[in-house]
Amino acid sequence: MLIAHGGFDFAETFDRFAPLLADGGWRVVSWDQRGHGDSAHAELYSWDADLRDAVAVLRSVTDKPLPVLGHSKGGGLMMNLAEMRPDLVSAVINLDGLPSKRSVPDIADHERSKLMVQDLTNRFNFRRHAHEEVRRPGTLEGLAERRGRMNPRLPTEWLQYLVSVGAKQDDEGWRWKLDPSMKFGGFGPNRPEWGLGRMAGLQVPLLAVLGSEVEEMSWGTKPEDVEPWLPYGARFEPLEGVGHFVHIEQPRLIADMTLEFLG
Amino acid sequence: MITLTHNKISLALHLLQEGSGPTLLLAHGLGESSPDSVPPVAAGWIGSVWALDFTGHGASTVPLGGGYTCEGLASDVDVALAHTGPATILGRGLGGYVALLTAGGRPELVNGLIIADGPGIAGGSTGPSSATWIDPAEYGVAPDRFALAELSIDVRPPDYATSFARLLLTQSPLEVPLVVTAKNRTEWLDAVAAEPGVITEPLIEALARFS
Repeated sequence: MLIAHGGFDFAETFDRFAPLLADGGWRVVSWDQRGHGDSAHAELYSWDADLRDAVAVLRSVTDKPLPVLGHSKGGGLMMNLAEMRPDLVSAVINLDGLPSKRSVPDIADHERSKLMVQDLTNRFNFRRHAHEEVRRPGTLEGLAERRGRMNPRLPTEWLQYLVSVGAKQDDEGWRWKLDPSMKFGGFGPNRPEWGLGRMAGLQVPLLAVLGSEVEEMSWGTKPEDVEPWLPYGARFEPLEGVGHFVHIEQPRLIADMTLEFLG
Repeated sequence: MITLTHNKISLALHLLQEGSGPTLLLAHGLGESSPDSVPPVAAGWIGSVWALDFTGHGASTVPLGGGYTCEGLASDVDVALAHTGPATILGRGLGGYVALLTAGGRPELVNGLIIADGPGIAGGSTGPSSATWIDPAEYGVAPDRFALAELSIDVRPPDYATSFARLLLTQSPLEVPLVVTAKNRTEWLDAVAAEPGVITEPLIEALARFS
């Protein structure tokens, strides 16, 4: 099976979870998406480019349809892959990659347009100097602590492990391998909830898992946002008391669920 | 030709005419590149005339494996504006849509935007659509086959396009900052043209307005 990591993550974020699938009898293959982990820092990044990269990886593994699993952005990518190339996919498992309508603060229209100007200005300013960007160095513990602010539910030991594989050390300290020209935010015409529309058209077996605890990286999606879009026969598992990183918080539970689903 | 840096891309910016007065920046259509000389329609422009080759086009870098977005190209235009200073932008087709995105975020640098007919004016769907599988046989040549494929199907919701037009209309010091000269209208461009304050007129008149 092919498994896809989330945005700003890398394949080793499955190091706790994937071996449990392998113990269940699966050969599990993942890759660092362009700009992430040990993959090349690309000239351009886009959703469609990530999809094509996924197909390239998939073709390097097998010429038969196979199950695909993805977390967060990876879950959305795998659902889109199953729609774009249904001939290549036999099942989809989506781990908390179910964005719904963006929650927009209740502000007056003129305030919103000011915010947008500021967002655009910041974005353009960043792009003008993106080629000069470098990742800020720090200690292994410091990088783990910084990441912990975005992933507050994950244990310190795990975050420190992630630094040891997702960052590299030079004379000045540890730096994330992630392409420094990649940045949260940006703008574009695609709306988060469009992924749910794609989900409705999937014909292959689907397991969708939703972490219900809202945290920094969550989409804030509620079960009732997802249910109307589930294709016939899909299995939907909203999990109480679990955050966005369902496979890191509950690796045994998610692995068992996946293995049972795949039979 | 001047080479500018936009992240890992080298952008080719061509000075077609040196002059005093307002600056004109040409943004070409999908699959095109900068012209060798000032186009006849802009022959009356007395200021400097620059022309930008977008990523994957003309003499600019052809990246490996695609990944094009109009939002990314909008930064190509912004990087060019950082060099030319404030300019009137004449955008053909795709270049018109891309320059609209830039102008929304840089109203102080855009002394009028003209959206003219040209390749890539339509874009793709106005809502969610299926991804397209492309597997081009020819790599590394301009115009990049990935650009041709990806930028002809990009999603352009009308309310997304008008949000940039409104930013330009409300933030620009010009009385008329946005003119649509394109005759070939799709949903996004119809919506932009219908915004209060947007003028529709022939291209020759639009150029005269800003020169």
